[in-house]
Amino acid sequence: MTLSLSTWWFLVVGAVFSGYAILDGFDLGAGALHLFFKKEESRRIALNAIGPVWDGNEVWLVIGGGALFAGFPVVYATVFSAFYELFMLFLVMLIFRAISIEFRSKEAMLWWRKMWDIAYCVSSTLIALSLGLVLGNIIQGLPIDKNYEYRGTLLDFFNPYAILIAVTTLALFMMHGAIYLVMKTENRLYAKLTILVKNTTIFFVLMFALTTLVTLLFVPHMVSRYKETPYMFAVPLIAMLGVANITRSITRRRYRSAFLSSAGVTAILMLLVAVGLYPNIVLSTIDPSMNITVFNGSSSDKSLGIMLGFAIVGVPLVAAYTSFVFWTFRGKVQLDETSY
Amino acid sequence: MNTEFLSRIQFAFTVAFHYIYPPLSIGLGVVLVIMEGMYLRTGLPIYEQMTRFWIKIFALIFGIGVATGIVMEFEFGTNWAVYSRYVGDVFGSALAAEGIFAFALESGFLGILLFGWNRVSSRVHFFATLMVALGSMFSAIWIVVANSWQQTPAGFKIEGEGLKARAVITDFWAMVFNPSSVDRLSHVLIGSFLAGSFLVLSVNAYYLIRNKHVEIARAGFKIALVVATVASLMQLFTGHRSADGVAKNQPAKLAAFEGHFPASEVADMYIMGWVDVKKETVTGLKIPKGLSFLLYQDIQKPVIGLRAFKEEDRPHAVNFVFQTYHIMVAIGMSLIGLTLLASFLWWKGKLFEQKWLLQLFAWAVLLPQIANQVGWYSAEVGRQPWVVYGLLRTSHALSSALREEQIWFSLILFTFVYVLLFCLFLYLLNKKIKHGPEGHYEEEEEEAFSKRENPLLD
Repeated sequence: MTLSLSTWWFLVVGAVFSGYAILDGFDLGAGALHLFFKKEESRRIALNAIGPVWDGNEVWLVIGGGALFAGFPVVYATVFSAFYELFMLFLVMLIFRAISIEFRSKEAMLWWRKMWDIAYCVSSTLIALSLGLVLGNIIQGLPIDKNYEYRGTLLDFFNPYAILIAVTTLALFMMHGAIYLVMKTENRLYAKLTILVKNTTIFFVLMFALTTLVTLLFVPHMVSRYKETPYMFAVPLIAMLGVANITRSITRRRYRSAFLSSAGVTAILMLLVAVGLYPNIVLSTIDPSMNITVFNGSSSDKSLGIMLGFAIVGVPLVAAYTSFVFWTFRGKVQLDETSY
Repeated sequence: MNTEFLSRIQFAFTVAFHYIYPPLSIGLGVVLVIMEGMYLRTGLPIYEQMTRFWIKIFALIFGIGVATGIVMEFEFGTNWAVYSRYVGDVFGSALAAEGIFAFALESGFLGILLFGWNRVSSRVHFFATLMVALGSMFSAIWIVVANSWQQTPAGFKIEGEGLKARAVITDFWAMVFNPSSVDRLSHVLIGSFLAGSFLVLSVNAYYLIRNKHVEIARAGFKIALVVATVASLMQLFTGHRSADGVAKNQPAKLAAFEGHFPASEVADMYIMGWVDVKKETVTGLKIPKGLSFLLYQDIQKPVIGLRAFKEEDRPHAVNFVFQTYHIMVAIGMSLIGLTLLASFLWWKGKLFEQKWLLQLFAWAVLLPQIANQVGWYSAEVGRQPWVVYGLLRTSHALSSALREEQIWFSLILFTFVYVLLFCLFLYLLNKKIKHGPEGHYEEEEEEAFSKRENPLLD
């Protein structure tokens, strides 16, 4: 089986966005859980658990955006202009989140810290929800005309299925974040987090089951690919096994294994969507002939070839120093004079 | 007000605000490498203290630069969808390269820079500093390459027609090394070195005026002065090269720089002036035939003027382009004067005896900032009416599904958020500067905080 360059690039873009979901997923999830911690010290530890890495995690969004722009300019242009208000709010939330992390501990006033704690929690939650909302709408398709322009309204994005995906995404990130935090903490905060890990996992498993059910019943085009090529059923099967392994690891208190599983589940769920959509990227709900596909939405082969070279050189480099940074900050969080 | 004008305002506003920060981080990156390098060589605690201090300031600046930078990457798609489809093949690859080669390097190692003092050896820490500084420069490389391609497109062909037309790469290296890349990149980088070094000069001058942290401030001032002097002199050279390139590749822009209207006549060079666009005249202080001499070293040679271009193919805000260009040049010259004077006094051993000079340096931090801003204004407004010079008009590049009220919404939102962000930035910068490179008052404050009666404690 030989894949076209544009299909390879589809995989690269998908892989980068999966990387983003895995990495920023845990720090967004940690942010969404932030107000569950009541003590000042607990909040600082939770914040410093993601302190040295959240910025690097967010870079994956920048790389993903660039990769999408470069590889599939038509998709980039159509989707970004379609989700105009949503993306503007998303950007503002990213800014609020960045400044609340940076500024929170810079002043000792109680109201100051409380204010930024709330801003951090709310922005993290809204970012997770809006990512899910966009994904939910992409899965269903958008009213795209023959010039690849969006012909719907803002309210169309808030349909029940998209909201369901949004909540599931939040649940996934919360579980992922809780597992990350439990690995980074000790004593009472650790004890508190073990309970949070259990609750968020239950929340996620419920949402996951509900989403699976609703998708099977109401989104037939996501299922048809799996019916056509039965061996593709391996993908949802692995997803189920991954989810099962999260619960298994958590009950055995093997949090590292639980974290790897939830990272794996995130990637597999992205793959699940990608396989369901391929070769389409943006489905037109007006007329299937106006779908934006891997082929009509991509850059030229020359450009894709050059950038595949970038990816082959660049991604291992990024992976290498990402691992180096994570390794440097391994182990439980200790607050010192450089902490937030 | 229409969607084009509003989108241009929004893009200009968000990118101008963003551009306060990257030049500072690029410039500070260089200064930090020197400071930490001195610390590694000498082992003197003053260098360690100043490095730690400036890394904190760097982090603050970098953080806001990242947050406002992501906005830029999204805005191409949200507001300029036709442009994005048109240039994605070419422009997108530069942007993707920036993300993967530059940005990831910078953000990855920043964590070690900030939080790694007690976790890695001083050599590894220095390596991280070096990588962050390099990463910020790589960023500039790819972004300026992408922008230069819009000024002087090369290494591509046009495929398709109408709304489906797009530029396709034919020669990647010709695209990267398009006719204006190298000149403009060096001009931008050195402008950034000036921005960073003048911030360091300013803060240290402030300490010296107040007689605080004197030993550290003197050493830091000298390091930054070396960078600033070299950079301001080099900027004269890169500026001249850039102007030469504009004359060759974008003659309409150059004509707007100097308000030169006649289709082909010997041109004057203005020190300052005012352009009357209706009458097509400039009044002001000028060097007769100066522009012809500057460009061709020949006072007889004609320069192409605005009238050589059809009405719809030339920039219209000529006075704006003229003023911004001349402010940039004037600031460039004064920075050379200022740094050379300070270096001379240093050589005479009297650098820190002149209170007035220190006062001047305390305020001079604004000068490179202004020059960087207005320089970009004249470069970008001077390129109009094109978004890609000679290929795609700005008015054709918009997202067609976009409505006015949508842009009003985002424009008001960004204005509100950025004003808030800027106030917070100034507040925290001021606080860090007041706190200074010595002492540990943050820890004391932290202790005081945890001892206080606190309803947050459960």
